[in-house]
Amino acid sequence: MSRSRTCALVSILIFFVTAGSVADEVKSLRGATAIEENSAEPARTRWMDDKEPIARDYVQQPPLVPHSIDKHEIDLNSNKCMTCHSWAEYLLADATKISQTHFADREGDVLATLAGRRYFCKQCHVSQKDTEPLVENIFEPVEAVSQ
Amino acid sequence: MKLSRREFVRANAAAATAAVAGATLPGMKNAIAAQGDAIRWDKAPCRFCGVGCSVLVGTRDGNIVATQGDPEAPVNRGLNCIKGYFLSKIQYGQDRLTQPLLRMTDGQYDKNGEFTPISWDQAFDIMAEKWKAALKDKGPTSIGMFGSGQWTVWEGYAAAKLYKAGFRSNNIEPNARHCMASAVAGFIRTFGADEPMGVYDDLEHADAFVLWGSNMAEMHPILWSRLTDRRLTHDECKVAVLSTFKNRNFDLADIPIVFAPQTDLAILNYIANHIIQSGSVNEEFLEKHVNIRRGNADIGYGLRPETALEQNAANSGNTGGSEPMSFEDYAKFVADYDLDYTSELSGVPKKNLQALAELYADPDKKVVSYWTMGFNQHSRGTWCNNLVYNLHLLTGKISEPGNGPFSLTGQPSACGTAREVGTFAHRLPADLVVANEAHRTFSEDVWQLPKGTLPAKPGYHAVLQNRMLKDSKINAYWVMCNNNMQAAPNMNEETYPGYRNPDNFIVVSDPYPTVTATAADLILPTSMWVEKEGAYGNAERRTQFWRQQVRAPGESRSDLWQVVEFSKRFKVEDVWPEDLLSENPEYRGKTLYDVLYANGVVNKYAKQKVTDTAGNEYENDEMEHFGYYLQKGLYEEYRVFGLKGPKKGHDLGDFDTYHSTRGMRWPVVDGKETLWRYRAGHDPFVADGKEIDFYGKPDGKAVIFALPYEPAAESPDEEYDLWLVTGRVLEHWHSGSMTQRVPELYRAFPDAVVYMHPEDAKARGLRRGVAAKLSTRRGEVTMQVETRGRNQPPQGLIFAPWFDARRLINKLTLDATCPISKEADFKKCAVKVSSV
Repeated sequence: MSRSRTCALVSILIFFVTAGSVADEVKSLRGATAIEENSAEPARTRWMDDKEPIARDYVQQPPLVPHSIDKHEIDLNSNKCMTCHSWAEYLLADATKISQTHFADREGDVLATLAGRRYFCKQCHVSQKDTEPLVENIFEPVEAVSQ
Repeated sequence: MKLSRREFVRANAAAATAAVAGATLPGMKNAIAAQGDAIRWDKAPCRFCGVGCSVLVGTRDGNIVATQGDPEAPVNRGLNCIKGYFLSKIQYGQDRLTQPLLRMTDGQYDKNGEFTPISWDQAFDIMAEKWKAALKDKGPTSIGMFGSGQWTVWEGYAAAKLYKAGFRSNNIEPNARHCMASAVAGFIRTFGADEPMGVYDDLEHADAFVLWGSNMAEMHPILWSRLTDRRLTHDECKVAVLSTFKNRNFDLADIPIVFAPQTDLAILNYIANHIIQSGSVNEEFLEKHVNIRRGNADIGYGLRPETALEQNAANSGNTGGSEPMSFEDYAKFVADYDLDYTSELSGVPKKNLQALAELYADPDKKVVSYWTMGFNQHSRGTWCNNLVYNLHLLTGKISEPGNGPFSLTGQPSACGTAREVGTFAHRLPADLVVANEAHRTFSEDVWQLPKGTLPAKPGYHAVLQNRMLKDSKINAYWVMCNNNMQAAPNMNEETYPGYRNPDNFIVVSDPYPTVTATAADLILPTSMWVEKEGAYGNAERRTQFWRQQVRAPGESRSDLWQVVEFSKRFKVEDVWPEDLLSENPEYRGKTLYDVLYANGVVNKYAKQKVTDTAGNEYENDEMEHFGYYLQKGLYEEYRVFGLKGPKKGHDLGDFDTYHSTRGMRWPVVDGKETLWRYRAGHDPFVADGKEIDFYGKPDGKAVIFALPYEPAAESPDEEYDLWLVTGRVLEHWHSGSMTQRVPELYRAFPDAVVYMHPEDAKARGLRRGVAAKLSTRRGEVTMQVETRGRNQPPQGLIFAPWFDARRLINKLTLDATCPISKEADFKKCAVKVSSV
C-alpha cells in the first residue's frame, strides 16, 4: 500500500476512534492470548528451500540466505559457506559470490583473501523460515529497488 | 521505466565507471539519479547493543529508506550485525501506537476496562490525579518510575530530575539494574569509579582474550568481528571461552571451557592461586597500587526478607562489608582453590584450567578479560566482577593497550544514560550518590534547589519495585522505554500481580503494544530512535549524538517531551513539604516545570536551525514545542556534574562537538578524549609523578577482595532436576518488541526454543522439534525442543531465550539477586522438562 494511502486510512481510523469509540483491542505480539495463559504450540516451521536469491529492500542490505544453514559450520578450521560462495568456487557451485567489500580490512586495505572481520558470515547473513510475519511492516523501499 | 534491482545495481555501477571514464552508455539516463532521488544520509548510533556501532540513516521524503554501517566510525568501520542492518525497518511495524489509551468503562477510568483513546491532556490529567493522590496519601515512596538504558542521555537526566528533585523520590530505576548493576558495584568496590578503564582498541593489541559468560559472537557481534580478525591474523593470539554451555564463541576458542553454573567463582580464585603459587605476582605493582581486603561472605540472595535463605544468611545486613587483609592471608585464602578441588567442583578438565590460568600468569602475555551477563546476572555478580579484577591487579595487567579487564555493557546507553546520569535509586549524576551529603549539596547547587530538597535514603531497586507494587507500597508507577513485564524475573509471583493490583495505577510509554503495555492502565504512544534528537554512551565510554531524521507517527511524543510536559502539572506546594517552602518562599507558586526546566540554564539556548556539516536541515520537535533548545540545555547543565563535581575524571565534551564527531570517549579534557584511564600519559587526571593512579579511591589504590565460592540460590534437585539458563539470540534485541516486527529478523528466528542435550531430551520422552513443558516452582511455559544448532548445553542444563512475547520464560525465573548489586540472577534456577 502506498504511503499516502496508508496515511489516509490511518486518519480515517483515528477519526472513528476519537469519536469516542473503544480502540481495537490492544494486542501485543501474544495476539489474543492473555499474559497468564500459556501460548499455543508453534506450528513447526521449515527453512525456505534453496532457490533464487531473495529480493533486498535497500542497496546496503546484506543478502538473506535462501537455504538452511543449520549444518554450515564456521570455525577456526574451516568455513563451510566459502566452499560455495568464494570467488574461486562460486561459478562451479552456481552460487552468489561474496561481495568485494569482504576483502577489505578495518583500515580499508584490500587483502588477497577474505578479511578476518568478515569471517563469521552468520553475524550478517541469516536464513528465512517459511512463515508469515507476526505483524506487517510498512517500510517502503525506494522505487528503484522495489520488486 | 522501473528497473529491477539487478538492473539497477549493474547500471549504476556501469554509470559510475563510465562517468569516471567520461563516456556515456545506453540506459544510463534512467540509471543516473534524478534530482528527486537524493537520499539524505546522517549518522546515528545503532539503536541496539552496547557496542555502539555508528550507522548512516538514509532519509527521503520524510521516511527512512535505508541504513548502512558508518564507514567513518572507529567502532565498526562500516560493519553492522544483522540487527543493525535492519534498523531502517524497526519504526515501521504496522501496530505503532499513535494515541494515548486509557482503560475505561462508560467514559470513566476503570482498571478492568477496555483501552480507549484519549487526548494527551486527558492522559496528563489522570496521571497528575493519581500521582498527587499517592503523594498525599503515602508520600514520595509511593510513586515510582522504571526507566531505561535505552533512554537518551537527556531523557534520563530529565526523568531523574523530575523524580529526585521534583517529587523528592528516589524510586527511579533503570532496566539497567537487570544487566549492569553488578558491574557497577564491582567497579565502585574495586576502583571507586564506574566504567571500564580500557577501550575497544584493546582488541587490536591483545595476545589473549578470555570470555567469561559473554556470548560476544551473538550479543556484541562487531566486537567479535574485531576479535576474530586479531585471532585470525595473529596465530600466537589465543582465545579462551568460558560458559555454562557450548555456544558460537566456541567456534574460535583455543581453550574451550564449559563449567558448572556458579563455579566461575571457584575458577577465578583458582587462577589467583595459580598466579601466586607460580611466582607470577607483580609485586611492585601490588605494593604501590593495591590494597587487599577480606569481603563479607554468606550474604544471602536478595530474596524477600522472610524467606529462609535470607533469615539464615549471616551477613545479609552488611553485604558489602569488608576488612583489611594481609597478602599472606589472601594467599592462604585462595590456596583452598587448588587444581583438584576446582576441577572437581566445576567439571572442567585440569589441563584447560591450567592453560587458562597461564594466560593470566605469563608476564609476557597481554590479556583482556571480557564479560557480560554470565558474571553480572549472578547471585554473586559483584563478587565475580571483583574477582576478575583481582587477576589483573595481581599481575599489573591493567590500563594499557591490549591488557586489562573490560566489562561489556548490554544496552546502548546503560553507560551513557543510566549509569553516568545516575538514574538509579541510590545515584546522582557523575558517580555521585544520594547517601552522601556533600554529593546532595553539590547537586542541589547545580539544580538551583533549596538545601535539603534531595532525599538521602535510596529508593526501591528494580526487583524491590515489583515487590512493592505487589504489596501496595508503590501506587503510581511510570514505565518508560522497557518491557519489564517480559524482562523482570518471577513474573507470576511478583511483576504481574504488582501491575494488576487494583491499588496501583500503571503508566507505560512505548512505541508498540508490548506485553507490559497490555498489562498497564494508561499507554502513552512514544517516539523511537531517530524520531527525536538523541545521545547514547556505549561500553567504551564513547558518547555519540544524533539528529532527528523523521517524525513520529500520529500523536506519539518522545519520552523527553512526556516527562517535561508532565512536570507542568505540579506546583511545588503539591510535592515539597511546608517547612522546605517556608524557608525558601521564593519557590512558592512555581511549577516543577519552572524549577526543573525553565530555570535559566536548561532553557538557556534559543531556538535554532539544526544542521549538519553539509548544510542539511533537520527537525527538532521538542525545540519547536518548548520554544528553546531543550536537549542542549539539559546536556550542558548535566555536564557540570562531570566538570565540577566531587568525583573527578568524568568530564564530557561540549554539545556541538559531539554532533560533528563520531563520538568521544570521556574523560574529555581540552577537547581530547581519554583511552586508557588511570595510566600516566593517557589519563589527564593521573597525579603528577605517578605511573598509575586509581583516583576513584581516596588513596589512589585499587582493592583486591578475598571472596569465596558460594552456591546458587536454587540448584537442581530431585523434582526440578535441570539448570535453567536464560539469555538471547543474535537476531533479536531484548524482548523482541522491535526485531520481532521486522519480517526478516522474525523469519530468521520466529519462536523461542529450548536448547537441551539430546540425551536429556530422550530421557524425558522428547526429541528435536516436539513441544516440551518447562516448569519451575513459579510457573510454566511451552517451547519447542532444539537439540542441535548454535547452543549445545551439557547434560543437566537447558537454555531458553527471552525475546519471545508468546513464551514468557520469566514466568519461571527466580527473583534472587546479588545482595550487593540487587541485580537478578537470570542464569540459574531449577527447572523440570516434560512432554506436553
